[in-house]
Amino acid sequence: MIVGVLAIQGDFGEHIKMLQGLGVETREVRLPEELENLDGLIIPGGESTTIGKLAKEYKMIEPLRKFGEEKAVWGTCAGAIFLSKDATRVKTGQPLLKLMDITIQRNAFGRQVNSFEVGLDVPALSAVSEENPPFDSVFIRAPLIESVDAEDVEILSSLEDGTIVAAKQGNLLATSFHPELNDDDRFHRLFLTMIKK
Amino acid sequence: MAKEENGKEMASYKLKAGLAQMLKGGVIMDVVDADQAKIAEDAGAVAVMALERVPADIRADGGVARMSDPDMIEKIMAMVSIPVMAKVRIGHFVEAQILESIGIDYIDESEVLTPADEAHHVNKHKFKVPFVCGCLNLGEALRRINEGAAMIRTKGEAGTGDVVEAVRHARTVFGAIRQLQTMAEEEVYAYAKEIRAPYHLVNEVKELGRLPVVNFAAGGIATPADAALMMQLGVDGVFVGSGIFKSGDPASRAAAIVKATTHFNNPEILADVSRNLGEAMVGRQISSMSDDEKLADRGW
Repeated sequence: MIVGVLAIQGDFGEHIKMLQGLGVETREVRLPEELENLDGLIIPGGESTTIGKLAKEYKMIEPLRKFGEEKAVWGTCAGAIFLSKDATRVKTGQPLLKLMDITIQRNAFGRQVNSFEVGLDVPALSAVSEENPPFDSVFIRAPLIESVDAEDVEILSSLEDGTIVAAKQGNLLATSFHPELNDDDRFHRLFLTMIKK
Repeated sequence: MAKEENGKEMASYKLKAGLAQMLKGGVIMDVVDADQAKIAEDAGAVAVMALERVPADIRADGGVARMSDPDMIEKIMAMVSIPVMAKVRIGHFVEAQILESIGIDYIDESEVLTPADEAHHVNKHKFKVPFVCGCLNLGEALRRINEGAAMIRTKGEAGTGDVVEAVRHARTVFGAIRQLQTMAEEEVYAYAKEIRAPYHLVNEVKELGRLPVVNFAAGGIATPADAALMMQLGVDGVFVGSGIFKSGDPASRAAAIVKATTHFNNPEILADVSRNLGEAMVGRQISSMSDDEKLADRGW
């Protein structure tokens, strides 16, 4: 199994480290041909404007779309924006992959001084961990999932006020926070089970 | 100074250093007004540095260089959706308080401005906003991290368009880290003393094989090839100051430097993005400058 990490910009190195810690072979992906023979792909956190622009200029949008129609893709923060079918507060003309039936709001919590950490209950993680303590989640200028727009979208976690911050639809996973910045690898293990299916 | 709000932890060091993680592989551009900020964002910048004069003009004008007008910074914040950074003078914690109060995303305690304190830097632990600081070498980087900096940039020599100092400082930091990794444990104590850095941070660098925070290059980067050179030397991203808006065609040059920073290991793409960019900034050769013209020696 080889898992790719989109390496246009952002914290792709942290995802790669996490995957390697789980004994998974990884590949940095910057160009369409680098998607070949991958079993899954992670789109990391970063600036969604930069990632979208460079993906478009290097003709990655269609190949990424095709990849996501068949194989497992996980977007964290900026990556979740990129995966979404619709997004608000994005830059005009910012390209989206339109793979996952969610509407996402960029920079939903405000500027950097409003960034926060919180422990989240994620029942779905019990599939990879018997004891399932709250997942320490890092929200950095984070987006939120405004709505899930299809019946097969499963809400994995919400904040206390009901704001949706993690969702899954078939082979697609979106989190508005950064599991790659933790020592806790449960989300990465959950993603690997989506690949093996 | 992490604090709790409705079970949420705010302003932790992890959040401050985490924002810098999100900027990796990206280009942070100096801009002096909202129009330039828009050009930078459209070109794919991951953040902009709002300042009244780019370093090349600060050099040319002389006089005291201070924090920019908050009004001008707010106009830039309103124009773009990417993070906005701004500079304070070394040690000027009130300028930092002002920037924090207007909601800036990152503060650069910068040698490009005229220092306000010749002995002390800002105590950056006291702020909710993260700080980036410059360094010439490993010791200086670790002193700044000890004071709370959540991101480091090698200084280079700002406003020159000459990459030689940026290379020197990056090589100095990475060389020291490699040297440290070969040391016996007992040698680390003396080494920490020699480079005037806290032992616990020196030891952490030895274990990690890198700085514990994100490390960008700055000071003198003027072309896509310069940006890729710094990336291949091992930095996490680049700051481009005067190099973009002092060139003939800022929008094209900005976009080309962004692409070069992503595809830094791909010479064909680098050749492609280096074509037809118009005039690069004229620049000043550092070897022709006297020591008192150099900004990088500011910082203690």
